[in-house]
Amino acid sequence: MANPRDYFYTKDHEWIHVKGKVCRIGITDYAQNELGDVVFVELPEQDTIVEEGEGFAVVESVKAVSDVYAPLSGKVVGINEALEDSPELVNESPFDEGWIVELEITDESQLKDLMTADEYDAFLEEV
Amino acid sequence: MQTKKPVPLIFELSSPGRRGYRYPELDVPETPMEELLPKEHLRREVPKLPEVSEIEVVRHYTGLSRLNHGVDVGFYPLGSCTMKYNPKVNEDIARLPGFSLLHPYQPEETVQGALKLMYKLQSYLTEIAGLSATTLQPAAGAHGELTGLMLMRAYHRERGEDTQRKEMLVPDSAHGTNPASAMMVNYKVREVPSDARGGVDVEALRGMVGPQTAGIMLTNPNTLGLFDENICEVAKIIHDAGGLLYYDGANANAIMGYVRPGDMGFDIVHFNLHKTFSTPHGGGGPGSGPIAVSQRLQDYLPGPLVSKRDGEYVWEYPTKSIGRVRSFFGNFGVLVRAYAYIRSHGPQGLMDVSDTAVLHANYLMRKLQDDFDLPYDRHCMHEFVLSGKRQKNQGVRTLDIAKRLLDYGVHSPTVYFPLIVEEALMVEPTETETLATLDAFVEAMKQIAIEAAEEPETVRQAPYNTPVRRLDDALAARKPVLRWTPRS
Amino acid sequence: MRYIPTTSEERQHMLDFLGVDSVEELFDAVPDRIRTEKPLPLPDALAEAQLMRHMKELSESNVSCEHLVSFLGAGSYDHLIPAVVNHITSRGEFLTAYTPYQAEISQGVLQVIFEFQTLIAELTGMDAANASMYDGATSLAEACLMACNVARRSKVLLPETLHPEWVDVVKLYMENQDISVQMIPWNRETGTMDVAALHEDAAGDAACLVIPYPNFFGVIEDVAKLSRWIHDAGGLLVTAADPVSLGLLEAPGAFGADIVVGEGQPFGNTMNFGGPGFGFFACSGSKLIRRMPGRIVGETVDTEGRRGYVLTLQTREQHIRREKATSNICSNQALNALAGAVHLSVIGPQGLKDVAYQCLQKTAYLKSQLRDIGIQAAFSGPTFREFVVQADANWDEVNKRLLDHGFLGGLPLGERFPELQHCVLLSVTEARTKDEIDRFVHALGGLC
Ligand SMILES: Cc1ncc(COP(=O)(O)O)c(C=O)c1O
Repeated sequence: MANPRDYFYTKDHEWIHVKGKVCRIGITDYAQNELGDVVFVELPEQDTIVEEGEGFAVVESVKAVSDVYAPLSGKVVGINEALEDSPELVNESPFDEGWIVELEITDESQLKDLMTADEYDAFLEEV
Repeated sequence: MQTKKPVPLIFELSSPGRRGYRYPELDVPETPMEELLPKEHLRREVPKLPEVSEIEVVRHYTGLSRLNHGVDVGFYPLGSCTMKYNPKVNEDIARLPGFSLLHPYQPEETVQGALKLMYKLQSYLTEIAGLSATTLQPAAGAHGELTGLMLMRAYHRERGEDTQRKEMLVPDSAHGTNPASAMMVNYKVREVPSDARGGVDVEALRGMVGPQTAGIMLTNPNTLGLFDENICEVAKIIHDAGGLLYYDGANANAIMGYVRPGDMGFDIVHFNLHKTFSTPHGGGGPGSGPIAVSQRLQDYLPGPLVSKRDGEYVWEYPTKSIGRVRSFFGNFGVLVRAYAYIRSHGPQGLMDVSDTAVLHANYLMRKLQDDFDLPYDRHCMHEFVLSGKRQKNQGVRTLDIAKRLLDYGVHSPTVYFPLIVEEALMVEPTETETLATLDAFVEAMKQIAIEAAEEPETVRQAPYNTPVRRLDDALAARKPVLRWTPRS
Repeated sequence: MRYIPTTSEERQHMLDFLGVDSVEELFDAVPDRIRTEKPLPLPDALAEAQLMRHMKELSESNVSCEHLVSFLGAGSYDHLIPAVVNHITSRGEFLTAYTPYQAEISQGVLQVIFEFQTLIAELTGMDAANASMYDGATSLAEACLMACNVARRSKVLLPETLHPEWVDVVKLYMENQDISVQMIPWNRETGTMDVAALHEDAAGDAACLVIPYPNFFGVIEDVAKLSRWIHDAGGLLVTAADPVSLGLLEAPGAFGADIVVGEGQPFGNTMNFGGPGFGFFACSGSKLIRRMPGRIVGETVDTEGRRGYVLTLQTREQHIRREKATSNICSNQALNALAGAVHLSVIGPQGLKDVAYQCLQKTAYLKSQLRDIGIQAAFSGPTFREFVVQADANWDEVNKRLLDHGFLGGLPLGERFPELQHCVLLSVTEARTKDEIDRFVHALGGLC
């Protein structure tokens, strides 16, 4: 599955889709593949304030656990409740229906630390 | 193992009014219920236990037992678990009423035999560990770890260093209980890398210790089945930094009579009696995880211990005891079996155990080294770790190999552990298997290696001959069904 | 050697294959200076017949409850155990299996655990249970830790009416996690938690309140009231339940318990000098279930759609989450849980009710017979199968004399509870007969 060109990425294999002040966040196709069948996603509470780098969600497969780290600081304004019943969406549609959290960001300058799709593709070549 | 009919749940056999056991008639005059229990305390809904006859119960559980592999059924080379033969006579012994029908609070004079057994076992384990005193209280290996780390904290506390010594060093090859136990006493876990020979990376370790070091948790031989040649150096580094060494004794089957953890420099040792000392694992427990400690820690041990005064065995609390880690004195029934095991072996017998366990493991390792990757090419101890890397490139994962082995009537080795070996397969044959069994295992593994290369799909779809085919772990975790519920 | 099948020819064959002269060479990684030089100082090996003789001697130098008539309880009980239990738990397929890591050849143990989880959930009135814990005390300690994690608070309320050894265990576990423990005093009149002492501010920052059910003195606490009190303050209710009592007493789930733990020894397990029995652990709600310690079995299907069972929700556990696991527990008490499951299955709902009813009635009978000879119950609260009596006697001495009459007397409480200097805790199970109770009362009458 190709990495969408208009998203940003992190080294922890998360993607960020910026829509104005709100960023939608999920894990990449590469990440879901490494994890295997996702069986549970632990979501943060609405309105939680998170700092960049802080673990704020957890994606679990049968035999592995992966923390999702906030790529940016901000406030949780949306959580993907569909994952509660259908965690497999993370496997089936990692870049779309399998999104995890929406953050209202506080510091737009943090965006420039993220990777572009081209940069992430290159990064994946190395790992 | 052939495919057998699925066994219904015991609840699905239930018929209203059927009974499997009768209690004697109540023979005391009855007091009206309202005089005994206020109504609001009475249970309103009857728990839905099954209503079944005795023969149904017997057939049900007999049927279930036939779906299960055990050491009594066949080879069980589950690395790190020491699935050796569990002597039958020890089962008879543990069931003697003079042991099984003792109440833990009986007066000491009525339990001299039990106390003597515990006293002797304390001293045997102390000797095997090469240390100073032993508590039999912990219920399993992980419980021993927890107890040992509590002792470490007590030791550092008395020196005024508990608030500063907050780091527990744990090698990257360690068993999961080690870091989890450290967490249970609020230690911060720092992972120590392994070196190219599979031992602790001594240089890295040197750079990690300091006034923040509470100690290190090691097993030796480690989870790769390798004896750490630098153990004395490691012990010195930790002790010089003011830390203590914890020995995870899960692998003690390799060393009895050859080398004692105390002489390696360890301060605390747990034994898994359900591994090394052959008490049966019961499908998950009970175990027993006594810990032996050096002199400087013995006053902190949980109590009571058994001691001997004027020819009598008595309970005694260590002077600075941390308290207790469970109710009563330990899994006594397991202690009885372990004591019997040690008595039936003697010093030479225990040495033969380790010697043969090591011989068997090396034999298997060398027989299999051409068909699977061997990440550390040196003599192993009582177990060894292979890698299924080659097979992974052929499209067959280690999990598939494990499942395919089940078709041969063999339990699979431990898989995906230790974490530092890719596609790990950890094999522990134990000393109680025949050469014919070992050779048959080699044949099965070779056959699977050929299959993986030539018809990988066959391996990927395994197992075929088991009571059920491969089970869907993901479904179980996504939609947890953790109990039977009656159909409405 | 006794259990080693390898012959000397076979040894030689293996050594030749390895190209070494002796097994010694395989130990070359062990530094010389730490090698054990002398044989371990252990007694010499015994053949099976000698071993049996020796072990019989040891066991017979105890006086067990095969011969003593026991009125001692306090956490370990002499209940009747149906004969089938031992036969099932002796089956090698169960006895000699490890934790069911390879589900396809472990359906026996896995289904047993699934049934066990159901039985415990039914008994306690909770949504789910795990596969067992070491014992009741450690199960309670883990429940308190879990409550602190879920409630994100670090204080636990423990009543002094809890078994003193359980108090010790919980305190030690909490102390090592820097969680504070506040003890709740009790009422000398009723023998229950002092509800008046429960100010609102006490509960304010508590993660949980523990209710022993019935308590250490055998008395039944005012659970409904306590449940409201702790829930109003945002804490969890942890119930430490005697499973036998649940044949008669309201299920903890029904009065709002969040976690229920206990010691399962009375079902299917002999006293074994205090172990092994098994701890049980149950809770309700997916938030709590996902934080349970220990093994959990779940239902699933195989590739052909057949029902089967696997270990599940494993990401909670140490082998995956390591230092972030919910607990460090690995081995548990599976065989003892099997014994409990067989016992509960064979006695069924009516048997459970019978055994609880008989405990209650026989306890009441002993209490009234003692009252008639002037030995009074110490507390006014309702009791189940244990109660405290007081008499102006030296109970250690009395117990010695009772032994001569073949009785195992109650537990003197003075050492642990200074205010109960002349008190003893007595227990009466369904295993006691009227005749035994009458003779016990007669013997006591002559001693107090
Ligand atoms: C290396 C190692 N350490 C510790 C343990 C934990 O022992 P237990 O299961 O008795 O708690 C095990 C058992 O699986 C082990 O293999």
